[in-house]
Formats: sequence, structure tokens, C-alpha cells
Amino acid sequence: MDIPFNVKERPDTGLYNGKLGIWFFLASEVMLFGGLFSAYIFLRTGVDNWPAGTDYLDVPLATLNTLFLISSSVTMVMSWASLKLNDFKKYKLYTLITLLFAFGFLVIKYFEYSAKFAHNPPYLPSTNNFLGIYFTMTGLHVLHIIGGILVIGYFYGPGSKMWDSEPERFTNRIEIVGLYWHFVDLVWIFLFPVLYLL
Amino acid sequence: MTPEEVKHHIKTYVLVFVALMFLTVVTVAISYIDLGVKGGIALGLFVASIKASLVACYFMHLIDEKTTIYWTLIATAISFLILIFLPVGAFLAQARIY
Repeated sequence: MDIPFNVKERPDTGLYNGKLGIWFFLASEVMLFGGLFSAYIFLRTGVDNWPAGTDYLDVPLATLNTLFLISSSVTMVMSWASLKLNDFKKYKLYTLITLLFAFGFLVIKYFEYSAKFAHNPPYLPSTNNFLGIYFTMTGLHVLHIIGGILVIGYFYGPGSKMWDSEPERFTNRIEIVGLYWHFVDLVWIFLFPVLYLL
Repeated sequence: MTPEEVKHHIKTYVLVFVALMFLTVVTVAISYIDLGVKGGIALGLFVASIKASLVACYFMHLIDEKTTIYWTLIATAISFLILIFLPVGAFLAQARIY
């Protein structure tokens, strides 16, 4: 049985089903990260002295990671636009660049985490509340990056075969993946100043 | 969406990309200015909100979306604000106890 409205828009919502589905999912994600931001406010306002991010964290590396994520967001939307222009080769190119930026983000995060663990004494989530909330929020964000890489990687590789048989449906799938990826970027846009700079 | 419209969108994406890069530099620069804790937080979050709005409006196409999505997001925003302001309520209750 075919899944209805995966290309055509549903008359009552004005959207194809997958798009409404991803927005519902993103709404739940807002609440997930919102809970952690709420915890952050609770912890920070509950003490007289909250450490500055620069006491523990590497601002230049995080700035580079911010630039990587923003760049990956623009290449992601360009990959969707390329499909809209029927240019599959450019889609592949932009998706590959998106993946490279995403891997770059993970590599930098690996160095950041490694430096924390290698510090004497080690900076662990159990060290204090600042590091506890730092590792929780950035760790959850990294899991989202890994999830994004898996899905984008699938649509770069085996999943891209759908372009030959159902190009419109494939384009919609890339739009949905893009919405998720931009959300991950959006979360980082707030995490970066909140944890590292303020 | 016609190919001309897509090409117009691509120009917008490039402009938004440049703006986001610039605002990232601004975000970092602000952290080096002594504005006090409250001033620094307010300005830092203000710039982050502009960046987030650019991503949401243009990369996620929220500037031109269907009403169903707007209603979903309004419900999300209300729930999010309740969640964020829960600590404030908890602190007010604590202040009354002590």
C-alpha cells in the first residue's frame, strides 16, 4: 500500500505528510533542548559565582565549529535547491561538502573533549555543575550531529537511488533532512554563546 | 517553484550565509567587551536570536510557510516559554519560604 501525500500536498494541512511530521518532531526537540536550557538557567541563577566559559572551554575551537555548522547549513540548503533545478551532480557535491563540515565538527569536538579529560585534574561532568551541564548539552547536540550524518550519508549513498524513480519524493526527503539539519545548527547558535562566551 | 524562483532563493542563501558569518564574529567580539554579566548576556542572546531567525526564516523557509506550521510553532513557543520560566517560578517560591 502506498503512503499517501508524500509528494502531493494534503488538502487540509496544505503540506505533504513528511513535512508536517518533521515539524512535529522538531517541536518535540525544542522541548527536549528547552528542558536543558531551563536546567542551565536554574543552575546558573542558583549560585553566586558561575564560572566563565573561558575558564574551562576553548573559544577559538568552538568559533571554528560554529563556522563549520553554518557552512554545512548553507550547503545543505544548496543541495536541496540543486535538486529543484534538476542538477543531481551538484546535489551530490553539496551533500558531500555538508558531510565533510559535519565530520569536521565532530573531529574538533573530539579534540575539545580529549583536552578536558586529559587535564590534570581531569574536567569531568562530575567536576562541577558548569561542566555537568556543558557535557550534557553538547553531548546531546553531538548525538544529533551523528544522527544527521547517518541520514545525510544514507541520502548521499544508497538512498539517492530514489532520484531515478521518484525525483519529487526524493527532493522532499532532502528538504525534510535539511529542516532537521538547520535545527541542529540553530541549537548550536544558542549553545555557543551560552556555554562558551557568557 | 520555478527555476528562476530557485535561483533567486540561492542568492538569498548566500547573503544569509555572509550575514551569519559576520554575526558569529560579532558574537565573539561582544564577549571581549566588558558589558557586565547582565549586559553581556542580553546582547549575546540578542545577536544569537538574530542568527537563529535568519536560519529559521530563510534556510527553513519559515518566512513563507503554510499556516499549519505556524500554528504548530506557536503552540511550541508557548510550551517552551512555560518550560524556560519554570525556574523563575521556583525561585520566587523559594524566596517566599526563606
